[in-house]
Amino acid sequence: MAIEVKVPVLGESITEATLGEWLKQPGDAVAVDEPIASLETDKVALEVPAPQAGVLGAHQVEVGDTVEVGAVIATIEAGSGAASAAKSAPAPEKAAAKSDETDASITLSPSVRRLVLEHGVDPSQITGTGKDGRLTKADVEQYVKSGAQNSQQAPLAEKGGATGAQTPPAPSSAGNRNEERVRMTRLRQTVARRLKEAQDTAALLTTFNDVDMTAVIETRSKYKDLFAKKHGVKLGFMGFFVKAACMALKDVPSVNAQIDGEEIVYHDYADISVAVSAPTGLVVPVIRNAETMSFADVENTIGDFGKRAKDGTLTMADMKGGTFTISNGGVFGSLMSTPIINPPQSAVLGLHRIDQRPVVMPDGSIEARPMMYLALSYDHRLIDGREAVTFLVRIKEAIEDPARLLIDL
Amino acid sequence: MTDKFDYDLLIIGSGPGGYVAAIRAAQLGLKTGCIESRDTLGGTCLNVGCIPSKAMLHASELYHEAHSGALEKFGVKLTGAKLDLKQMLAEKLKAVSELTGGIEMLFKKNKVDWIKGHGAFEDAHTVKVGDKSYTAKNVMIATGSSVTPLPGVEIDNSKHVVVDSTGALELPKVPGHMVVIGGGVIGLELGSVWLRLGAKVTVVEYLDQILPGMDGSIRKDAARMFKKQGFDIKTGTKVTGCTVKGKKATLTMEPAKGGDSETMEADVVLVAIGRKPNIDGLALENSGVKTNERGQIEVGHDFQTDVPGVYAIGDVTPGPMLAHKAEDEGIAAAEFVAGQQGIINHDLIPGVVYTHPEIASIGKTEEEVKESGTEYKVGKFVFAANSRAKTNRDTEGYVKVIADAKTDRVLGCHIISSLAGTMIAQVTQAMEFGATSEDIAYTCHAHPTHSEAIKEAAMAVQGKPIHM
Repeated sequence: MAIEVKVPVLGESITEATLGEWLKQPGDAVAVDEPIASLETDKVALEVPAPQAGVLGAHQVEVGDTVEVGAVIATIEAGSGAASAAKSAPAPEKAAAKSDETDASITLSPSVRRLVLEHGVDPSQITGTGKDGRLTKADVEQYVKSGAQNSQQAPLAEKGGATGAQTPPAPSSAGNRNEERVRMTRLRQTVARRLKEAQDTAALLTTFNDVDMTAVIETRSKYKDLFAKKHGVKLGFMGFFVKAACMALKDVPSVNAQIDGEEIVYHDYADISVAVSAPTGLVVPVIRNAETMSFADVENTIGDFGKRAKDGTLTMADMKGGTFTISNGGVFGSLMSTPIINPPQSAVLGLHRIDQRPVVMPDGSIEARPMMYLALSYDHRLIDGREAVTFLVRIKEAIEDPARLLIDL
Repeated sequence: MTDKFDYDLLIIGSGPGGYVAAIRAAQLGLKTGCIESRDTLGGTCLNVGCIPSKAMLHASELYHEAHSGALEKFGVKLTGAKLDLKQMLAEKLKAVSELTGGIEMLFKKNKVDWIKGHGAFEDAHTVKVGDKSYTAKNVMIATGSSVTPLPGVEIDNSKHVVVDSTGALELPKVPGHMVVIGGGVIGLELGSVWLRLGAKVTVVEYLDQILPGMDGSIRKDAARMFKKQGFDIKTGTKVTGCTVKGKKATLTMEPAKGGDSETMEADVVLVAIGRKPNIDGLALENSGVKTNERGQIEVGHDFQTDVPGVYAIGDVTPGPMLAHKAEDEGIAAAEFVAGQQGIINHDLIPGVVYTHPEIASIGKTEEEVKESGTEYKVGKFVFAANSRAKTNRDTEGYVKVIADAKTDRVLGCHIISSLAGTMIAQVTQAMEFGATSEDIAYTCHAHPTHSEAIKEAAMAVQGKPIHM
């Protein structure tokens, strides 16, 4: 009996993924739950496990294909590996052929389908100008002409001759000059699309301030050992900023709100998205109800996110939602930046590197203080300048005098 | 390209698949030959299939309208309308010869060589016709299909008693009683011809319902309409034998589920239980091409068989045995041979029964959609509520649109109407573009036309037709 291997449910509102890699080939013996393929969704990569032990049949989709939740990507024939391995070997060609004909996920009109197959381009990479964003023949022709194909098209381009002329002649140079074309991962595509969306939709504006980190640094060095001993996690700067942000969000609710159509949605909770480095890029998991958390909870949660980002075990659910984002470019040495909001959120706080800078103190003396620039990018449609500045000042005050966090000032 | 071969592409068979492939290949600059054993080009379709049967369907309908008094309500009084069967058959032959002659002209125009005779493989790149061998870089098998014989029922078209579809198109006189074995497309079409010309027609179908493979409600309603026209339809019945004495045949039959057998006398028995791929005499074994258990030749997406350079299209390959499927495969295969990208969507091949009313179908049947587990919606609109059909006093039938309940994408459409065969093209094209029922509903349709019923059925998917 052949069992179908289907694309698993990827999380709320995620309906499709890209087949990233086949981990098993047709004819390979697989154990139950052994990963046979990896999928990339908008935010995470995940593996498709074998639903039963047996021999993998033909791949029914190819690497780079878009697959919908529930789509069959392969079949598994129960039985011993070696025997049927040879039998199923010629199958993949036929299966691949079939997928040429109809791609269930994207509807292409016949002439477009022909052109896409002819040039071997990925229709999901092309912007459609037809009804409901459908691809027209002209869209594909334009795309092919602009040379936006991925690297696997190289042989075709050579054959065509004419298409070879798509890159302008390179100025002569003695050195070795190679270009590499790499297809954007789904993650990258989504990041690109969403960032551009944010810029196109929101009235983005950034306000700056600077903060004296002396108090936080002192508190940290004073209590770091005790904190680590009691809570099993290092006391970092993020705990202070998350807590300060929660307090400021409560005071300036519009920063924690978002636009939905013609309405504004206010949140009485603070779900803080924090950017975490992962091997595949930056991911942004969410600290839920951060306003109710202790410093230790916050640090623990962030630590856990970092670990899981490295393992690739962050789920869609971990990244969904979020009412406000904190992005720390300081860890990479950034002096100053204007972050882009993470829609539908309305604001993002950018942290930067801490430098010793000369500061004129209230008594007129000049001291070297550990200073950090803060940036708050916000959607001016929803947040007034006064509110944005107030919000940032509230953070500055809390960081410069952490006791305020305790007494809610 | 033809250095060591006589041809770039040699096609065996000049039916709608073969001749179309030949012309497209020639258009693409390939030196092309087409082998045909008949005296005329066009294969079954043009010579003894689609074309002559439609000629007879049209002519018999005209006769029936004139003869039955159906025109009187329009104020057209005809007395003494008579059947001149000889003239009817002659006009049919004229249509056939004009069309087959047309292909001959197109071959000349496109410089396709017509090689007369029966082709048989010597090896994968050599085909023997008569005593001459032709070599070709690529060979395409487009030999079509022929009638599946029924054990115990021997067909002899020359005697005009037990005939196949070819014989049923050239009966010298209208039979008193015609028994059609097989309630599929061919049996119902040719049965209609002779019913209109005055025969009593009994259709014997092995399955529970006629028109196997079509949408369930369409099958049921079509059967009702055919019965109203005078067809005697015996479903669930198996023909077990046939004896011919002089000009009469006696059929023995029994319920398909088992039971008492009965006999039935007939002046003409039409065997129309299906068609099988034409492989005999091709010496396929010399080419290395193998057939599957159903005698079909399996091909890849480029219509190439397991033997490189040998292609197959149309009825010899799996899929519906339809001229338009073969034509489109012919074009796609020729393009692949020429190094281009061929394309055909096997999910969207329309099927039409040219009875009156016509029955046309595209995409999935409601049963198929249900089985796939997809949530769906059905929109139906009857021609009794369509102004043009009403004006023409032609209100039989309906349009049924099946759409995905979530995405609204049209999954299938089934039409019973005098113009169904022409109307289905609109839906096919819409489906090729992934249309939703709303797309069709918001497309302007001319008034008054039968096609408005498609728009209304699409609106009915959302539960909001205007005229019902």
